[in-house]
Amino acid sequence: MNLDNRKFVLIGSVIFICAVFILRLFWLQVVDTSWTARAADISERKITVFPSRGLILDRHGALLVANTPVYDIMVVPREVKDLDTLGLSQLLNVPMDEVRARLLKASDYSVWKPSEFERQITADQYASIAVHLYKYPGFYGQSRTLRTYPPHLGAHMLGYVSEVNARKVEQDPYYKPGDVIGVTGLERYYEKELRGKRGVKYVVVDVHNNVQGPYKGGQFDTTAYAGENLYTSIDAKVQALGERLMKNKKGSIVALDPKTGEVIALVSSPNFDPELLVGRVRNTNYRMLQQDSLNPLFDRALQAQYPPGSIFKLAQAAIALQEGVITEHTGFPCNHALVGCHNHPSATTIEDGIKFSCNPYFYQVFKHEIEQGKSQNRFTDASLGLDEWQHYMKSFGFGTPPALDLPAVKGGSIPGVAYYDRLYGDGGWAFSTIYSLSIGQGEVLVVPVQMADLAAIFANRGYYYDPHVVRAIGSPDSLNTHVKKHITLVDDKWFPMVVEGMRRVVNEPGGTAHRGQVPGFTVCGKTGTAQNPHGKDHAVFIAFAPMDDPKIAIAVYVENSGFGGTWAAPIASLCMEQFLTDTITRPAMVKEMEDANLIATENQYKKFVSKRRKQ
Amino acid sequence: MNARENVTSNIDKPLVIIYLLLMAMGWANIYSAAYDPAHANLFDRTREYGAQSVWICISLAIGASMLLVRGDFIRNLAYPVYGFVLLLLILVLLVGREVNGARAWFGVGGFGIQPAEFSKFATALALTKYLSGLKTLKEMRSRVIAAGLILLPVAFIMLQPDTGTALVSGAFVLVLYREGLSGNILLLAILAAILAVLSLMMKESTFGIPFSGTVIHGQYFLIVLIAVFAFLAFLVTRKFVLRHSRKRIYAYLLFGFLGSAAFISSVDQIVEHMPMHQQTRIRVLLGLEYDPRGFGYNVEQSKTAIGSGGFAGKGYLQGTFTKYKYVPMQSTDFIFCTVGEEWGFLGTTFTVLMFGALILRCIYISGRQRSKFTRIYAYCVASIFFLHLMINVGMAIGLAPVIGIPLPFFSYGGSSLIGFTLLLSVLVRLDAERLSQLG
Repeated sequence: MNLDNRKFVLIGSVIFICAVFILRLFWLQVVDTSWTARAADISERKITVFPSRGLILDRHGALLVANTPVYDIMVVPREVKDLDTLGLSQLLNVPMDEVRARLLKASDYSVWKPSEFERQITADQYASIAVHLYKYPGFYGQSRTLRTYPPHLGAHMLGYVSEVNARKVEQDPYYKPGDVIGVTGLERYYEKELRGKRGVKYVVVDVHNNVQGPYKGGQFDTTAYAGENLYTSIDAKVQALGERLMKNKKGSIVALDPKTGEVIALVSSPNFDPELLVGRVRNTNYRMLQQDSLNPLFDRALQAQYPPGSIFKLAQAAIALQEGVITEHTGFPCNHALVGCHNHPSATTIEDGIKFSCNPYFYQVFKHEIEQGKSQNRFTDASLGLDEWQHYMKSFGFGTPPALDLPAVKGGSIPGVAYYDRLYGDGGWAFSTIYSLSIGQGEVLVVPVQMADLAAIFANRGYYYDPHVVRAIGSPDSLNTHVKKHITLVDDKWFPMVVEGMRRVVNEPGGTAHRGQVPGFTVCGKTGTAQNPHGKDHAVFIAFAPMDDPKIAIAVYVENSGFGGTWAAPIASLCMEQFLTDTITRPAMVKEMEDANLIATENQYKKFVSKRRKQ
Repeated sequence: MNARENVTSNIDKPLVIIYLLLMAMGWANIYSAAYDPAHANLFDRTREYGAQSVWICISLAIGASMLLVRGDFIRNLAYPVYGFVLLLLILVLLVGREVNGARAWFGVGGFGIQPAEFSKFATALALTKYLSGLKTLKEMRSRVIAAGLILLPVAFIMLQPDTGTALVSGAFVLVLYREGLSGNILLLAILAAILAVLSLMMKESTFGIPFSGTVIHGQYFLIVLIAVFAFLAFLVTRKFVLRHSRKRIYAYLLFGFLGSAAFISSVDQIVEHMPMHQQTRIRVLLGLEYDPRGFGYNVEQSKTAIGSGGFAGKGYLQGTFTKYKYVPMQSTDFIFCTVGEEWGFLGTTFTVLMFGALILRCIYISGRQRSKFTRIYAYCVASIFFLHLMINVGMAIGLAPVIGIPLPFFSYGGSSLIGFTLLLSVLVRLDAERLSQLG
């Protein structure tokens, strides 16, 4: 037997095995690309660098909204070893079942990649958790930021942020699940400026999930840019005072700088601490606020549409003067047969008409505006007159939403010919149908911001600027240039007469708003009391000061508080004083206002407040 | 012309070149596997590549000096070397250092020496010496002695235990076959090994028999499977085989089946009665328990590393998957992953071809000898490298069970490097004397 040939068994085997190996390698390395994908999936991480959201500051640079670090506990299921479920459950205060369920969920997502295990632990809590975390391999803390509101003010105006919902993610490619987005208020209106620009970092991690360095030298990375700061014109002190004064009242305060339209304070009451809508407690608190019968989530300053009451007479007077249907010296008797009034001497000038807020006087004024005798038919005549009137009123900013830099501003309504025609049929109405418009009752509706604009118009003697909360974005010098000036259809020359009437309202005996005075300044104002079919009358007061160089225009609306001079005027006075002098000289008045509880369902509110404090 | 000059000019240059090339490639890959920019010094002994650099220098020195040793001397030293290594294997069991549960190391300074790595060389020498003195391997006595020479060191190595290294001795079966052992025995051994592995691997699994609702254990399933095959073979025999030959085939089938069934059951019994850690070793050997993180983890990781290299690889020192420790034992048993990830299909193919060339060159050298000793020894060397290549690369690409043996010249470790260097350099020396010596 020739054994020499047996070496071919080995030679054959070597060639065979080498061929098999090469074929197998060809399949692994060239044909089947899933291994490449698996390697990338395991060892490469895309890390989103979240920019810090822009801050919101008041006019003096005080923080209204800031960011505070919180920590998420992350888990990499593959790294979890010998888990002490009970210990972790106690450490994080999460039930045992929940610990297991979350771990299972994380494993379902990926055993290699980190998943959120527990969210938004405050820095204080995390400090005590972090020292124990080493006992739980696979778990680690990851910081992120939450909104915080150092002065606890302006919940409605500032708004809140939350994670984007699935629908938004679908609509807007910028957003990824887990991103934060402004939902209401400034947070929503200035979302694009505040959010900044997200960055992406690709890194390579080792088997222990430690980052080992940038992927391909970082050539695919993008930088994150922090969000821009908002420099608002809000005066935090005035805002704080306003919120304090409006405690236990329903209503709003809108204060503006008439020369620019900058908003100084924007209060809606009842309100809530903006911190309630931050982080993990938001959902619970939001539900609670939603269920509250006083509807604290409702932003009355922007969205409540009220009958303006007697403050409307200011516009009526100016329009009548412009139209020439009255003069400065026109007088009308206080005839209670036309419309109800209080006791006062008959007004013989427009100034006194305003000072006394005489209803029959303005009945006559409005009648003259509407019935100018342009047609023999009194129905047609009223129609022509109302059309003209509506035109004027719209130039005062009524009937359209103010161009405020906040979402969801209502516009109120100034009824016109079309409206009454629809209601009563063409020619089916005359002055006698609509006379209650004369004193700001009936179908006219105005939102508080428009009332502040009305005050600004008289402060400026004929024009107003778009009200706006944010005066600069990014840096304090880059002023908001989107602000438009609106000039009314009433000539400048007619305004001083009305303003003189407003001065008398506050400063002369027989005026309706003595409590609106500010020591050392001449305040011009006008009270209003709007009839409310659902309960006690609403009180309103608009004013500006000082008379000759107005620095603040304000509108205070207090629901169900009766006469405007009693509650609304002093609240406005205190706010103006705070703004003009940076001090309060009448603490007793502050206390009186603060303690007044004008909410019918008082006990309910208290219950709500105590419940809220426990959170 | 004196004999020494003759020897120098007769050195087999292709073999030496392949050897140096493989060692250079191996070092480059260890450097990459353990690369750390903070320790870039090639001889930094705190790094694996630093240590390996030292080992390479030692190996080159040993290899060069082996070329100076006369063939006669080597032949005469075969048994003493064998005896010396046996002594080391016993010593290591007594005073060795335990690493990863195996008492396989002597600590010498900062380096460790693993005597089992030299046992291949020693056994190759002793077996060669014994076989070259025989006319034929037909007598039972010589077969037993040959088997004893092979199995004695294996027994000590199993005691460490280091099953992987012990298993490499299977290479000598190829040598015995080449020297006259019946092919049937080889075949039987392969079949038995396959059966044993299958029955152990299938032990844990259960199989449902279709339509019957019965569930049986893996090993019984195996027996049933063999019975089915035997029955099919029986039907085929009855139909196609001449009457007078049938009886013999029936007997083969019957005994074959009974033998298999008995073997399968006894494998299980034997394993069951082994000490726990031995059982574990066997299950580890079969890849059933290699990894606490779950079956197949190592192989999956290894395949991922190699597969992610693609056609041309990620580039030298760019293999992030291996570098960041995703592959366990990545500079030793799974060093092939670094080749695969960084050099791609081109690199792996080249490496496989180089090893193929090395083995075939040894077989070729074996064939050109007049000296029986050198012929058998060259065949031993070829078989040992073949087994290492087959198991190590096969394991890395998921074609062989996970068995921890090094890839020659690539895997980190001084003992194996010196062992393989010894194997080759002695072969080169013996081969260089092919024209001047008759053995």
